[in-house]
Amino acid sequence: MIQKVYTKIESIVGNVIQVRATGVRNSDLAEVTTASGKSFANVIKLDGDLVSLQVFAGAQGVSTGDSVRFLGHAMRVSYSPALLGRVFDGAGRPRDKGPALDENMIEIAGPSVNPSKRVIPRRMIRTGIPMIDMFNTLVESQKLPIFSVSGEPYNELLARIAIQAEVDIIILGGMGLKYDDYLTFRSTLEKSGAMSRTIMFIHTAADPTVECTLVPDLALAVAERFALDGKRVLCLLTDMTNYCDAQKEMAITMDQVPSNRGYPGDLYSMLASRYEKAVDFDGAGSLTILGVTTMPGDDVTHPVPDNTGYITEGQYYLRGGHIEPFGSLSRLKQQVNSSTRSDHRALMDAMIRLYASYKDTLEKRSMGFQMTDWDEKLLKYGALFEEKLMDLSVNIPLEEALDTGWRILASCFEKNETGLKSSLIEEYWPKDES
Amino acid sequence: MSVDMSEVRNRGRVVSVNSNMVNASFEGAITKNEVAYIHVGDTRLKSEVIRIRDGVASLQVYEMTTGVGVGDEVEFTGELLSVELGPGLLGQVYDGLQNPLPQLAEQCGFFLQRGVYLDAIPDKDWDFTAIAKPGDQLEAGDSIGWVPEGAFKHSIMVPFSFQGVWTVKSIVLSGRYNVHATLATVEQGGQERTLSMVFDWPVKKAVGCYDERLMPDEPMVTKIRIIDTFLPVAKGGTYCTPGPFGAGKTVLQHLTSRNADVDIVIIAACGERAGEVVEVLKEFPELVDPRTGRSLMERTIIICNTSSMPVAAREASVYTAATLAEYYRNMGLNVLLLADSTSRWAQAMREMSGRLEEIPGEEAFPAYLESRIAEFYERAGKVRLRDGRTASVTIGGTVSPAGGNFEEPVTQATLKVVGAFHGLSRERSDARKYPAIDPLDSWSKYKGIIDGKLVGEAYDILRHGNEVEQMMKVVGEEGTSLEDYVTYQKAELLDAVYLQQNSFDPVDYAVVPDRQRDIFSVIHSALMADFDLEDKAAARSFFNTLRQLFLDWNAAAFDDPSYATLKQAVVDAVEGKRR
Repeated sequence: MIQKVYTKIESIVGNVIQVRATGVRNSDLAEVTTASGKSFANVIKLDGDLVSLQVFAGAQGVSTGDSVRFLGHAMRVSYSPALLGRVFDGAGRPRDKGPALDENMIEIAGPSVNPSKRVIPRRMIRTGIPMIDMFNTLVESQKLPIFSVSGEPYNELLARIAIQAEVDIIILGGMGLKYDDYLTFRSTLEKSGAMSRTIMFIHTAADPTVECTLVPDLALAVAERFALDGKRVLCLLTDMTNYCDAQKEMAITMDQVPSNRGYPGDLYSMLASRYEKAVDFDGAGSLTILGVTTMPGDDVTHPVPDNTGYITEGQYYLRGGHIEPFGSLSRLKQQVNSSTRSDHRALMDAMIRLYASYKDTLEKRSMGFQMTDWDEKLLKYGALFEEKLMDLSVNIPLEEALDTGWRILASCFEKNETGLKSSLIEEYWPKDES
Repeated sequence: MSVDMSEVRNRGRVVSVNSNMVNASFEGAITKNEVAYIHVGDTRLKSEVIRIRDGVASLQVYEMTTGVGVGDEVEFTGELLSVELGPGLLGQVYDGLQNPLPQLAEQCGFFLQRGVYLDAIPDKDWDFTAIAKPGDQLEAGDSIGWVPEGAFKHSIMVPFSFQGVWTVKSIVLSGRYNVHATLATVEQGGQERTLSMVFDWPVKKAVGCYDERLMPDEPMVTKIRIIDTFLPVAKGGTYCTPGPFGAGKTVLQHLTSRNADVDIVIIAACGERAGEVVEVLKEFPELVDPRTGRSLMERTIIICNTSSMPVAAREASVYTAATLAEYYRNMGLNVLLLADSTSRWAQAMREMSGRLEEIPGEEAFPAYLESRIAEFYERAGKVRLRDGRTASVTIGGTVSPAGGNFEEPVTQATLKVVGAFHGLSRERSDARKYPAIDPLDSWSKYKGIIDGKLVGEAYDILRHGNEVEQMMKVVGEEGTSLEDYVTYQKAELLDAVYLQQNSFDPVDYAVVPDRQRDIFSVIHSALMADFDLEDKAAARSFFNTLRQLFLDWNAAAFDDPSYATLKQAVVDAVEGKRR
């Protein structure tokens, strides 16, 4: 097919340009050449011969006389082992000093996995963090966001999990990242020796908005291929709120009717089609997605965390420097925590229930009420729980964390105050302290 | 759902593309809501005509529209979006358009390739037993015979679309026939039609073909204590389960789909996680249905249009599920349809409405949201069939309200039309109190398995206990009278050992009605008892002990010898402290 070049741009609104052209197909990629350089653009709407394109580098500085050349295929990315250790931007160009890659190009944002080709996740990912391993176990092929507010050490937590988790390949998708954060990620991964199994797609806060929306698709397309080739892949996406805000910006400039706080009505579907790429393939590898969703104003009912929560398999709340026991949830933990140790589930539930009572007591105390014996016990328990298990610096294996749990209970309560089944108490209650 | 090319009445051309909405020009007459196919290269993309304006048809495309171009050919079929009905539906896993997913995987591998549409009804032979005789006068929905499908007699019925009375001219002898073979010929006013085991029905139209609708008055047991005892659901009734994310909507539905005492369960996984469907897919074939002794999968149909699958097909999936439910109902069976989640279905409507540039209603949902929701739930009901048998479709839908706030359009529209409301609360799920149904906010209009008067008395304790708890937050424990404090402890006990239920415990996850009555009688006597307790510390200690005894009793299997002993321990503890 001869690539015709169009040199009359009819309109430029936001990052969207329109040209009159024929033979163009929905989602096709085009190359826009402007005075300041070349940029890709993709077809987002067709109306007769009027073609609307979204310019990746932004439409700033685009002239009505600039040229548009359609490439006859949708957006693609190279897939090969040569990607490992490399860093790319949101349009797939190298951000490091390495060469551009154009071999074995694969389409991004491909079709959904047939649910009947998935298998039930069954492998726990050990992180050494009790609040994860014991209370909300991370499972291979899970999609899980970290809900947080700006200023919390979520990127540090993400990097720590990445390094400690036993996976073959790490793919980092950065959206609207501060340049410092990007450098931190890079140096952390390099220092731990994990960089050689890492691929980064980084959009920094200074880069064009459209490229931000491409990062998850690029990262996940590559991740999916590695998983199909039998690799266990961990994909980190930070920060998905920036991604949604970029989508909002684009939807509004295209005159879409907003549904909730300016976000487009298909925000849920948009997020779901990305997060649902997490998969454990029947007969191949797996793809686990750990994202970061910053909550504007610490409001979980904000459309981004809200929609995310309905899609993902749980969430970790990072608040005040630790993972919150309330609200944090790993939906897949039931798949694995029955085979860890017989007391795992019951102990986990009992300790959270008691911690909830401790919080009630704290409230009572702050209102100046007299503390009963029971309240005193709870206060002791809460302090121990926070120190020995919740603190993010605690780095112990699951079994040790469970033993610690029993010791905390025994040092604070009578057996029948824990709400645990007698048979479990019989087996695990520390003998020396009862 | 194959379409014979000879049925193609009309052709057209694509004139514009906007995401999954494509406009097309056409010649001749087309029908609103008919199915059209867009030809992209060698692929045919299924779509539905959702608007016709100024000679242009707007098509809602059930697939990704990547690669669609202006000028592409469009083929109009003249048929409304339909499902195929016949033996072999049970145990199947379909997408929203009744495409069988496992067969699709065999053909296309890991990914859902667009434009591939397979036969919904497996092409196989069945042992047909004829009932009708030549000369019989039959109407739509009347049975001409049956085939054994799993544990059921699958009626072969006169297609629902046949109007008036038809005379059987001929019918084959009982024997083994292919699902598509001609079994009978019927005649009406000189017009003859042949019948096989399979026929079509448009999904968006409720199936009639019964004598009358009845009051749903028989409880549908779920083996979940808080539901069966306090917030019952009736066979043929409707209920909704709204809740914020993580409150346990889906776990609750899974439990219901396993344990409900109905003949057939249809699960519509509508716009939710694929992983959750996989659990059902992999677990159900292994689980035994205590009613039939067969695998649970043999009574289940899964309609699976998960969140990453095309959004327009999500809109169709709940209707596909409802149609299959009505089909089995008309054989005299009790069917439960579980839709998870109706909010995703509503959002699919919203996305399409936005692309049609309709004037948005509240939160950008279309103005017809309420009527569509009402229409859907009204497809539930208990009916008397023409042969006198009763049958039912029960619909339970989850709702995923934005921000967990029930004051939003989908929840409110749903509450207007359902018979029971099981509202899940964030506070309860945060405190790991499962099922996280809020006992005080929720309600049911149906009759349960336990005398309403006794349940009412338990409810009073619960309500009073909650008031005391609220008051204690203000005045403190020391400012509360012993009597109030005991009421509070009673309410806590009821919550801990009866309302809460451990869905992962092999015994506690399903509690049969007889056992519920047994436990309830004991807890009711404890709630009503006047205990001899000198102070609050004694009260707390007593109720802690009582709770522990109850929990141990709950953990004992109903047929285990320890059941009686553990029950006696609870009774003794209650009686020992009675004043």
